[in-house]
Amino acid sequence: MDHKTSEQLAEEAKQLIVEYISKIDDMKPKERTHIPAQEMPSQDPLERIHNLDEVALGYTVEQARIEAMRCLQCVKKTCVDDCPVKIDIPRFINHIAHSEFENAAAVIKEASLLPAICGRVCPQEVQCQQNCTVGKALKDVDKAVAIGRLERFIADWERATGKISIPEVKPETGKKVAVVGSGPAGLVVAADCKREGHHVTVFEAFHKLGGVLRYGIPEFRLPNNIIDKEIETLSAMGVEFKTNFVVGKTRKLMDLINKDGYNAVFIGTGAGLPLFMNIEGENLVGVFSANEYLTRANLMRAFEKGKADTPIYPSKNVAVLGGGNVAMDSARMAKRLGAENVYVVYRRTEVEMPARKEEVAHAKEEGIEFYFLQNAKRILGNEKGKVRAMECLRYELGEPDNSGRRRPVVISNSEFILEVDTVIVAIGNSSNPLISQTTPEINVNKWGNILVDETQKTSVDKIFAGGDIVLGAATVILAMGEGRRAAAAINKMLTEEIEKAKAALN
Amino acid sequence: MSKILFKKQLSKDVYLMKLHAPLIAEERSAGQFIILQVDDDYGERIPLTIADANVDEGSVTIIFQVVGKSTHKLSLLNEGDNVPTLVGPLGKPTHIENFGTVVCVGGGIGVAPLHPIAQALKKAGNHVITIIGARTKELIILEDEMKSIADEFILCTDDGSYGRKALVTEPLKEICERNPKPNMVIAIGPPIMMKFCSETTRPYGVFTQVSLNTIMVDGTGMCGGCRVNVGNEVKFVCVDGPEFDGHKVDFDNMMARLNSYKEIEKELHTCYLESLIQSKESK
Ligand SMILES: Cc1cc2nc3c(=O)[nH]c(=O)nc-3n(C[C@H](O)[C@H](O)[C@H](O)COP(=O)(O)OP(=O)(O)OC[C@H]3O[C@@H](n4cnc5c(N)ncnc54)[C@H](O)[C@@H]3O)c2cc1C
Ligand code: SF4
Ligand code: FES
Repeated sequence: MDHKTSEQLAEEAKQLIVEYISKIDDMKPKERTHIPAQEMPSQDPLERIHNLDEVALGYTVEQARIEAMRCLQCVKKTCVDDCPVKIDIPRFINHIAHSEFENAAAVIKEASLLPAICGRVCPQEVQCQQNCTVGKALKDVDKAVAIGRLERFIADWERATGKISIPEVKPETGKKVAVVGSGPAGLVVAADCKREGHHVTVFEAFHKLGGVLRYGIPEFRLPNNIIDKEIETLSAMGVEFKTNFVVGKTRKLMDLINKDGYNAVFIGTGAGLPLFMNIEGENLVGVFSANEYLTRANLMRAFEKGKADTPIYPSKNVAVLGGGNVAMDSARMAKRLGAENVYVVYRRTEVEMPARKEEVAHAKEEGIEFYFLQNAKRILGNEKGKVRAMECLRYELGEPDNSGRRRPVVISNSEFILEVDTVIVAIGNSSNPLISQTTPEINVNKWGNILVDETQKTSVDKIFAGGDIVLGAATVILAMGEGRRAAAAINKMLTEEIEKAKAALN
Repeated sequence: MSKILFKKQLSKDVYLMKLHAPLIAEERSAGQFIILQVDDDYGERIPLTIADANVDEGSVTIIFQVVGKSTHKLSLLNEGDNVPTLVGPLGKPTHIENFGTVVCVGGGIGVAPLHPIAQALKKAGNHVITIIGARTKELIILEDEMKSIADEFILCTDDGSYGRKALVTEPLKEICERNPKPNMVIAIGPPIMMKFCSETTRPYGVFTQVSLNTIMVDGTGMCGGCRVNVGNEVKFVCVDGPEFDGHKVDFDNMMARLNSYKEIEKELHTCYLESLIQSKESK
């Protein structure tokens, strides 16, 4: 495998940049599209399968500037149109090209609150980078301007240079906002409501904050210290955090309003109810939901064998069912935990896989094997009730279904046996029922997702919701976008209340 | 974080602790459980049924048996120490009403979660028959508490060292044969005991409720680690339970799943015990 080391990439960029700096502002588009796309430095695959350290190492200053110079500063900004939170992409990229990193950071922060996270986990190839003019000109999405990597570069630069500023907080309004869940949706609401001067309490069921960012997405993709930093900033702003607090159980949601005096509640409890295939053998020992497997490894730190009290199942041959980010994370984690063979079994083809492209590429480099157009039929156990194999079926692509993707159709009599001792089911999540079970006043759809209006308000006054609990399992950036919208509505509602109270006094 | 207000050793490996948790004390009902961790970073999540609660004191009582590394670490904590993670009350409360005659069967440490349920059933006007059992005399807990609630009280040990020499299923069978037969049985204890209680009552068609203690991680329905087959359905014990119809539970699968980590845990526990011995020796 030709793995370029970060030193090589850094050196190449250092030499290359000299040529472009002199003509930074007067290159023709054609010339810009010929600037070589910068490869992301990464840990050597052979090494990284033995550690949890981050795989992608981040651009050097020179790499970032060269990559930024590839941007054409289009008048019709398709990248911005395709960004869920409408970051002014060409503007921040132009600052990077000119080495004005602080300005670049300011531009991103006008629209996004968690750039270090989004830069790492957003599916850019189906968002901002999908219709980038450079990618189009070069007829390859992979050659689009690497917007995500540049976003990450800026966020990391800010952190490394200690330039992260604590956002200004307006004077106390005396209003109280309860945020349920500390995933990206909740964290964003906390930040936006705190800035307006409201008292904000975040309630989290787990002992650690961050939601899926902490318990689901592994360290090798999103290091914990990045989440810690975001939470530190929120604490410094005066946001209060209550961990080990399950709203609905430790305290009823309505009690937060009726007894504890909260003026608004935001529900950001995430998807978090794992789906299974409902096939024979799914409860055998050695079958896990991806949520369980990853929570043990990440949140409970089972990766650190010897130190952690939480055990993780010892596996040699692992089958992962699914084709999304969760499947990639599970497969790569299993490899790092010592599995010799890891197979991703997906019933469509690579093109339909919803996982980020970069993760699929990284998984392949790490020796994960992909079995496309196949799916589990049943899981077979031994006399001790443990997994010994999985029976699979082959599929072919048929007519397109409602989503426009060609529907996989089973090929009859195509059964075959895959010898595995562990099966990780990563076919998606349904919505967490805790809140709807204990607060029936809140309307949900048939999948249990909370129904909201265009301001994210639920069927109950003062209660808002957003993120995966509304969208079904979605993305960090969409959760963040919903959080911002909800916070704006909460802030508006509370401001109106304050003004009404003032008017009544006069 | 929760302070340990009170600690008492009930038998060789069994401890009672009262933890400061005012919100949980206020919200909990019989049948619910908590999850705790002895260490915030590397600790394991241990689900334990709430044995009692005191709203005025803001306390919940847990009773646990030392079975591995994590419960051993918990047993080393003392009054005044803090348990860093305590969350609850989790699970659905027991459905309490006046059913008529209810047999409460508790095995070993299972008597602890049974006690508040028996208490609530008594209060609701039921005729409560209690059977408690253990391997041997030392392992009997809460005898007086259970006796004081019961309209009829039967105690047995496997080895005959105390009370009647029998498995709890023997008196249970006799009671099922009575006319009229009991309206309901609640059995809490080791899985094997709950399985055989369910088998005992099945021919008599007496509804038998069991409380399952599966492996858990989050306790909020997020991981599915606690899943069991109940009838033809897969249920999550932490949110759909912990109580289920014993005649429908697939106990064999549940027991196999409980043993998922047995080999590694044995290894870990041995290493842990060795390290304890070493550190003692070096002192
Ligand atoms: C393994 C994995 C990999 C992923 N990879 C990507 C990726 O690469 N890119 C991407 O964009 N998206 C990815 N996602 C999806 C993304 O993480 C989610 O869409 C996003 O985190 C949703 O945010 P949220 O704030 O709605 O909820 P969550 O992040 O799910 O947070 C909800 C929080 O609420 C807490 N909670 C739940 N119920 C209660 C309660 N009753 N009381 C108190 N607290 C409660 C939970 O413990 C949790 O901490 C991935 C998801 C997983 C599982
Ligand atoms: S579409 Fe691509 S080239 Fe055009 S402004 Fe956006 S990032 Fe730059
Ligand atoms: S313990 Fe995780 S779903 Fe029940």
